[in-house]
Amino acid sequence: MSSSFDPWSALAGGALIGLAAALLWLGLGRIAGIAGILGRLTGPAWAQRSEAGWHVAFVVGLIVGPAIVMALGVQLPTTSAAPLPLVIGAGLLVGIGTTLGSGCTSGHGICGLARLAPRSLAAVIAFMATGAAVASVARVLAGS
Amino acid sequence: MPILLALASGLLFGAGLALSGMMDPQKVLGFLDLTGIIDGRWNPSLAFVMGGALAVTLPTFRLTRGWGTPLAAPSFGHPSASEIDHRLIVGSVIFGAGWGLAGYCPGPAVASLSSAPLVVAPFVAAMLSGMVITRLGLRSAGRVSAAKPA
Repeated sequence: MSSSFDPWSALAGGALIGLAAALLWLGLGRIAGIAGILGRLTGPAWAQRSEAGWHVAFVVGLIVGPAIVMALGVQLPTTSAAPLPLVIGAGLLVGIGTTLGSGCTSGHGICGLARLAPRSLAAVIAFMATGAAVASVARVLAGS
Repeated sequence: MPILLALASGLLFGAGLALSGMMDPQKVLGFLDLTGIIDGRWNPSLAFVMGGALAVTLPTFRLTRGWGTPLAAPSFGHPSASEIDHRLIVGSVIFGAGWGLAGYCPGPAVASLSSAPLVVAPFVAAMLSGMVITRLGLRSAGRVSAAKPA
């Protein structure tokens, strides 16, 4: 799909994401870490009704938000050429890895780095380096 | 109030993801694929997105250092773990591998359920399965610590 680079929409989109995380932290005192939120939604959050509610509300917003932006004219990809086994394998790795590693790009990246947390810096370096290595090797192997 | 705040936060997060281009795996892979630097294809978008986000979150977390409580909840949920352990690094490497393969991480994948459901539903299903299996495995190995996921 699009591999174009528009610095302004990247910065503005990033700022909106930051604003979302700021709102969750200032308002509820919770880290906007998607892996953590999803992880708790698949189990631990239901032990306390009060915790489950905000998790569900956040995820609903996360899914509806892009729909609103699309309705305002922003193009989002709707198809992918990636083979299904690759997509499933990647999903498994992301689920396993974010659970073991206690976070993802939003939890460790956007929030953890902002908190100056050494654990998050280590995590970000590890997943960025690995992501880059795998993406680069995959590109070389694909031959194009 | 907490439900509304969480909904608003989710909406902003999703809107931000959509606007930033991070819901397009080609843009994400365009950043992660470093061979692009050699032939002029490299896409710096992701760095700009992180920069824009940190410009907001850095001062936010600094601001609340002196706060006793958040605005609409009884306490802050500070992640409790502080050590950089093997699990953190191994997990992050595994996550990075999955991310580098398909260009999706948890946020964009779930956000894309409204725009590209047929593409991401298998990813999200596999991801949630991986999360559950891993948590169950950690619990049965007696390795569930008090650390909450970030």
